[in-house]
Amino acid sequence: MTKTLTHLARLEAEAIHIMREVVAEADKPVMLYSVGKDSAVMLHLARKAFYPAPPPFPLLHIDTTWKFKAMYALREKAARDAGMELLVHQNPEAHARGINPFDHGSLHTDMWKTQGLKQALDRYGFDVAFGGARRDEEKSRAKERIFSFRTATHIWDPKNQRPELWNLYNARKAKAESIRVFPISNWTELDIWQYIHLENIEIVPLYFSAPRPTVTRDGMLLMVDDERFPLKKGEVPVERSIRFRTLGCYPLTGAVESMASTLPEVIQEMLLTTTSERQGRAIDHDQAASMEKKKQEGYF
Amino acid sequence: MSDVPPHNSIYKTDKLIASDIDAYLNVHQHKSLLRFITCGSVDDGKSTLIGRLLYDSKMIFEDQLATLESDSKRMGTQGQEIDFALLVDGLAAEREQGITIDVAYRFFATEKRKFIVADCPGHEQYTRNMVTGASTADLAVILIDARKGVLLQTRRHSYLAKLLGIRNIVLAVNKMDLIDYNQAKYDAIVAEYTSFANSIGIDDFTAMPISGFKGDNITERSVHMPWYTGQPLITHLETVALDNDADQTKALRMPVQWVNRPNLDFRGFSGQIATGTLRPGDSIRVLPSGKTSTITKIVTLDGELSEAVAGQSVTLCFADEIDCSRGDVIAAADNPPEMSDQFESTIVWMADEALVPGRAYWLKLGTQTVSATVQSPKYAISVNNMEHMAAKTLELNAIGVAEILTDKAIVFEPYVNNHVLGGYILIDKITNATVAAGMLHFSLRRAQNVHWQATDIGREAHAALKNQKPKILWFTGLSGSGKSTIANEVEKTLNLLNRHTFLLDGDNIRHGLNKDLGFTETDRIENIRRVGEVAKLMADAGLIVLTAFISPFRAERDMVRAMMPEGEFIEIFVDTPLEVAEARDVKGLYKKARAGQLKNFTGIDSPYEPPENPDIRVNTVEMSAAEAAEHIVRQLMPLK
Repeated sequence: MTKTLTHLARLEAEAIHIMREVVAEADKPVMLYSVGKDSAVMLHLARKAFYPAPPPFPLLHIDTTWKFKAMYALREKAARDAGMELLVHQNPEAHARGINPFDHGSLHTDMWKTQGLKQALDRYGFDVAFGGARRDEEKSRAKERIFSFRTATHIWDPKNQRPELWNLYNARKAKAESIRVFPISNWTELDIWQYIHLENIEIVPLYFSAPRPTVTRDGMLLMVDDERFPLKKGEVPVERSIRFRTLGCYPLTGAVESMASTLPEVIQEMLLTTTSERQGRAIDHDQAASMEKKKQEGYF
Repeated sequence: MSDVPPHNSIYKTDKLIASDIDAYLNVHQHKSLLRFITCGSVDDGKSTLIGRLLYDSKMIFEDQLATLESDSKRMGTQGQEIDFALLVDGLAAEREQGITIDVAYRFFATEKRKFIVADCPGHEQYTRNMVTGASTADLAVILIDARKGVLLQTRRHSYLAKLLGIRNIVLAVNKMDLIDYNQAKYDAIVAEYTSFANSIGIDDFTAMPISGFKGDNITERSVHMPWYTGQPLITHLETVALDNDADQTKALRMPVQWVNRPNLDFRGFSGQIATGTLRPGDSIRVLPSGKTSTITKIVTLDGELSEAVAGQSVTLCFADEIDCSRGDVIAAADNPPEMSDQFESTIVWMADEALVPGRAYWLKLGTQTVSATVQSPKYAISVNNMEHMAAKTLELNAIGVAEILTDKAIVFEPYVNNHVLGGYILIDKITNATVAAGMLHFSLRRAQNVHWQATDIGREAHAALKNQKPKILWFTGLSGSGKSTIANEVEKTLNLLNRHTFLLDGDNIRHGLNKDLGFTETDRIENIRRVGEVAKLMADAGLIVLTAFISPFRAERDMVRAMMPEGEFIEIFVDTPLEVAEARDVKGLYKKARAGQLKNFTGIDSPYEPPENPDIRVNTVEMSAAEAAEHIVRQLMPLK
């Protein structure tokens, strides 16, 4: 008698297989952890892959200092629960220059995230970094490999990516080169939510609707998370019932008005919604094919 | 939005989502997964079809649709209508050129299944891309433009799908709207395809007339083609058998990825089950050691499992402390896979730098990584007409059949039976690039499967009866050096001394045992291998065996030496300079070779590697054949 595996069971098995291949073949792997829902799923999969041992690599948070407070709270707890070391890196140069999302726009992302990530990988000498990117997120990611190669200077060269056949991954590389590995490449946003629901994975409460102080700017609904939010003249935060579909730096992430306060309600809303996930992120609107350009520069 | 073609949503559960999300989630949780590949070029409407599938299954959101509408008008490829192809053509540069150049993966779901589509572009790089996409696919949709019928590329796609072992083939005759939904034309295309498909071993496929652009026979049976009684494409995709289910019915194989040892009390073996099913209590055998044990538990974060099946990633504990590490394979105790270090294989070359026969590459198969060399291809296969072509190497996108040798035995199964233990990649040792994909056919060493049958009368008994010590007198030297003549003299002398001998002569063996072999490097190696084996059998029978073969390569002479007990292989170098041998030219062969009438002639256009430390060396310039023979026999004494 055969027992047909569900699509989630197969996606889970694939991700676990990928994580184990990395641990078996890499010198010093690390898991990038952004505290978002995809990171939550990645962490959960890592615990499954190596149970009863704790995942044999640390978590690395590239901190921009502009994450939501609720994210910092969950970050510490999640690492503790998994029995994993949590490394936090903040770009000292961005710190010194006071780079922030309000005054510096896309430079904020470049300095804190792109440069910060390169600094951290170099500092600790990690040769493989797990990331939670998915192919369904954006058109240019549909062709991204699961094992994505970066030169010694962290450059992604689209011509130098390796063919991936069957479930065979070639993790060999020269010294100083590195690999970004995306175990949940084949998951969709719905799969992520469904899996969180099925596995009862803890996520940041910001994904659920609650009354929160907000302002609207350029058609985006922004949450006033702390006193650093510079209110414009005459701008008064309004309490609205909102939630987030994705979580980045708080002033760059748009909220949606919602009454969905439970996971099934969130999924329901997602399924009935008519705009794609990344629309809430200012980063994609910068320029056409912007994600692809950022990728070449070393952004995840 | 007015120019969006009418469509039927595949999500008929919209209402359920709104009214009872828990019930919907329950349905979605039980969906299975089908991976398929679409083959065809932009001209066949492939991107349009995929765009249509995404669109109909609501995988396209309003903001994407808005971008799509503006892009469609800007590009003007479909007039004022929406060009679905623009949804799936990814990288910026490609969008400008109007072609896609890499495998892209797309996702959509219906009520019954989730789908992962490997979208493989046509044009250059075709073979490499399609082979990559096909390696993980359960099904291939081969698109044909109804106006053009079966084309070269249709054959190419079908051949590659067959090569990668895709069991389910869908022949989607697209753009039926442009031939007025004409049944006769459709039937003619299907008939032509059927005869071609049968000729390459595709016994079964499903043909359907569709229009990706208009949506005919995509989600629902088309009103324009009442004569078509089959299922629409989506229905077929939702119900076709999954490879993963079939894999569960095979014998257990699980490549070990990682040993889980958090403390002294726990030792588990982690991997993804390739085939079969396992339960606690099952007997298993670990290869290559062959040690057996019993599964005690299947450990997961969610508790111990009572059963695990092909496709699942698990961690197993055994009853006994047997050796087991990464690269090993856990298999059913009573039905283990074979091991070998020599295979025939199909190889698809994927790198700009061509295959170098004899060069060592890393071979990764399952979780095993070994050093491997590929012999000169037996032949290359044209993807256009499937004809065999002579080939010395394999260039980018070439497909060939060659022997492959690994530096140690690996656990394997033929690719047709098991993709995990039969499919491999080759990795360049210097650049670390993945340069090829391969599919093992079978082992060239049957011995792995055949156990040695012990017999009571051994080689010592045979030799004792003959009152002699068995030996192989291996004469090597250029053509015309005098090997056969001298060996003949030696045998005559030994015969007079009442020795039991047998002379294997190069030309004579090529009349019988080796008449199927030519003079290429590969054939020469095989020639010597066979002669070595025959000589060894005769030595086992107690004989003194004399062999007279050019045997130009050191590696093969050493191979025969390694087969024999210490001291029984006597290498005799008949040392005649090329000029002398060529001047003698007893058989007139040098003349022919110089005239270009004989290819691969040793000393002329094929190398001779002289022995570095021969056991006996005879100089035929200074000695006659009789003197040389006498010299050799003296060296052999005593013969008992």
